[in-house]
Amino acid sequence: MDANGILQILLYVALIVALTPLAGGYMARLYEGKLTWLAWIERLVYRLCGTSADREQHWTGYALSLLAFNLVGALALYGLQRLQGWLPMNPAGMAAVPADLAFNTAVSFTTNTNWQAYGGETTMSYLTQMAGLSVQNFVSAATGMVVAVVLIRGFARQSARSVGNFTVDLTRTVLYLLLPICVVGALALVWLGVPQNLSPYIEATTLEGAKQVIAQGPVASQMMIKHLGTNGGGFFNVNAAHPYENPNAVTNLIHMVAIFVLGAGLTNTFGRMVGDTRQGWAILAAMGLLFLAGIGITAWADAAGNPALAALGVDQALSPWQAGGNMEGKEVRFGIALSALFATITTAASCGAVIAMHDSLMPLAGLAPMVNMMLGEVVVGGVGAGFYGMLIFVILSVFIAGLMVGRTPEYVGKKIEAREMKLAVIVILVFPIGILGLGALALLTGPEAITAPGPHGLSQLLYAYTSATANNGSAFAGFGANTVLHNTLLGLAMLLGRFMVIVPTLAIAGAVAAKKAVPPSSGTLPTHGWLFVGLLVSVVLVVGGLTFFPVIALGPVVEHLSLASGTLF
Amino acid sequence: MWTYLRSALVLVVVMTALTGLAYPLAVTGLAEMIFPWTARGSLIEEDGRVVGSALIGQKFDNPGYFHGRPSAAGEGYDAASSGGSNLAPSSRKLVDDVAARVTAERQANPDEKGGVPVDLVTSSASGLDPHVTPAAAAYQVKRVAAARHVQAEEVRQLLARHTEGRDLGVLGESRVNVLKLNLALDAHWPLRGQGD
Repeated sequence: MDANGILQILLYVALIVALTPLAGGYMARLYEGKLTWLAWIERLVYRLCGTSADREQHWTGYALSLLAFNLVGALALYGLQRLQGWLPMNPAGMAAVPADLAFNTAVSFTTNTNWQAYGGETTMSYLTQMAGLSVQNFVSAATGMVVAVVLIRGFARQSARSVGNFTVDLTRTVLYLLLPICVVGALALVWLGVPQNLSPYIEATTLEGAKQVIAQGPVASQMMIKHLGTNGGGFFNVNAAHPYENPNAVTNLIHMVAIFVLGAGLTNTFGRMVGDTRQGWAILAAMGLLFLAGIGITAWADAAGNPALAALGVDQALSPWQAGGNMEGKEVRFGIALSALFATITTAASCGAVIAMHDSLMPLAGLAPMVNMMLGEVVVGGVGAGFYGMLIFVILSVFIAGLMVGRTPEYVGKKIEAREMKLAVIVILVFPIGILGLGALALLTGPEAITAPGPHGLSQLLYAYTSATANNGSAFAGFGANTVLHNTLLGLAMLLGRFMVIVPTLAIAGAVAAKKAVPPSSGTLPTHGWLFVGLLVSVVLVVGGLTFFPVIALGPVVEHLSLASGTLF
Repeated sequence: MWTYLRSALVLVVVMTALTGLAYPLAVTGLAEMIFPWTARGSLIEEDGRVVGSALIGQKFDNPGYFHGRPSAAGEGYDAASSGGSNLAPSSRKLVDDVAARVTAERQANPDEKGGVPVDLVTSSASGLDPHVTPAAAAYQVKRVAAARHVQAEEVRQLLARHTEGRDLGVLGESRVNVLKLNLALDAHWPLRGQGD
């Protein structure tokens, strides 16, 4: 990769670091209830829902509200897909979505995964895209945010019984945070080239006289929330690689910033709400180290190009006239550097949008995104989800540090005791159960979905179950996932990866909220310095790495070694 | 439990109205008013009929046109069914496909002796990539010039004018929009005897 590629990466990192305190400060004000300019809409919504802004819930009530909301949302989305053939705003005449695919998609969008076993422009009506998928883009993102906020409140409050009100938190997230950014952002995207219409598909006559039908739709409005909410579900089959979703490098920058800005900002919100912003920066620093490692591996592996093609007389060298590298499944306007950067961002966060086909990445370049997801997407992560995922690792880290010095661990003034540790371990176990357990079951019962021979075939299946469990949604798209078996198993993996994490997290929040703060003593491990950042990074790598190393070795690593020795499959 | 479900149902309805209808419809209305051309898909019209979109690649086989990248979208550049090849780097099929394309490019451009630029023989992510690299365009200049009976240098100058730099000077890669370049070719030196 050339200097310009490195410059683009540094520019992006600088932008995110600069935006973190701004977004963090705004969200702190939002969740402390200090924003009121849309109070009249708020009051209306609360009255309709039978609640009010000052009625707080115990964590169990909060969890029930959240689960009920997700259940109803998933059922509504399922119904909409099954009925779209009879509903309006369907100029392309899409038929009802089959039951297993509709289940998979409903779960996928409610869990903020946005795994897509279908191609958007060939399956979904405009109404389904807008009133179904777009809605879940907003509210599944908001669901992740409010869980993170509840956990933050848990650490910020003392001897508290309640942790907030789900309806209020969710409504405020959508009204004050997601909608305003999306309206402005979507219009900027249209200005830069992204379409936004409800027209029928256009029929063009090409210069050589052939017919070309060009799919249309309300693309920009869905693009903005899909990235801001780390959803990742494309309007079109190829997602943000489609020139309508992402026509140039400026729209691409908007997409990339949107993916990270809220997740990074939450670290700062946390710092502000517990009264020590250094705690937030330490978490962001740990995330940043893991991020730079990921982008480094991906960019390096892909920029080198494919040795099997070099032998054919293909010019993959970097020059002023081309970016070179492994261009299979990539777009010229993005080249290697941006494609690698985007692949790392989208899997570090639980976004899952893609601007390059991950199936065609070089083996080690495809490995880094997979590892990002296996680590639980704690590198900034999905909006909210990444932050609470990382705090689980923080709890684990202070526990390990506590064991080493023989003291009860504590974090930002709260003692971490047996109950919190048990809950944290449940969360950590979700990933091996979903990825290795369900993945192994799928390998035994449905191997015919694999389209690539050799070790890459295992990578395809592994990537699918990793992506589903981690609620990411990106794919090695050659994997033929649209079967009853995989639609069902992947749906289960998504549910597991979402709610078996959210419920224990809310329970931890409730438990720490009830505790009194203990003042730091000389024996307290400082959690805002580089020592702790290093410890946290090590714990993330050791827990994730040891769990998944064997299966990674059989997939991408074997493929890399074979390719280097000239073996094809 | 019923109160939770009732409250959830109302909230889903409210959110659908707000984010599923009001938001996209408001953005659509504003977008069509302020940026009508891009909102409607950046369509290019010639003599009142749509010849394509400035953002969407299309298929070119004629030696007198610059060719875009191999496409895995439908039967090739199917803009209602985007797709990549999704072939693994270790795939024998990928290597065979690329080998066949390299042979075809060498036959079509016999005056070019160097390696074939990689983007010209690998399929794009979307199957609709509207661009090629400046290297891939330069590789085709002599063929296009010969087919149109003009000096290669003139075509090269036209190509230079249609080469876009990085966005804002730093983002992305420099590139050539194949459809726009071919429209300019037709405007300067119409293809003779092949208009049928």
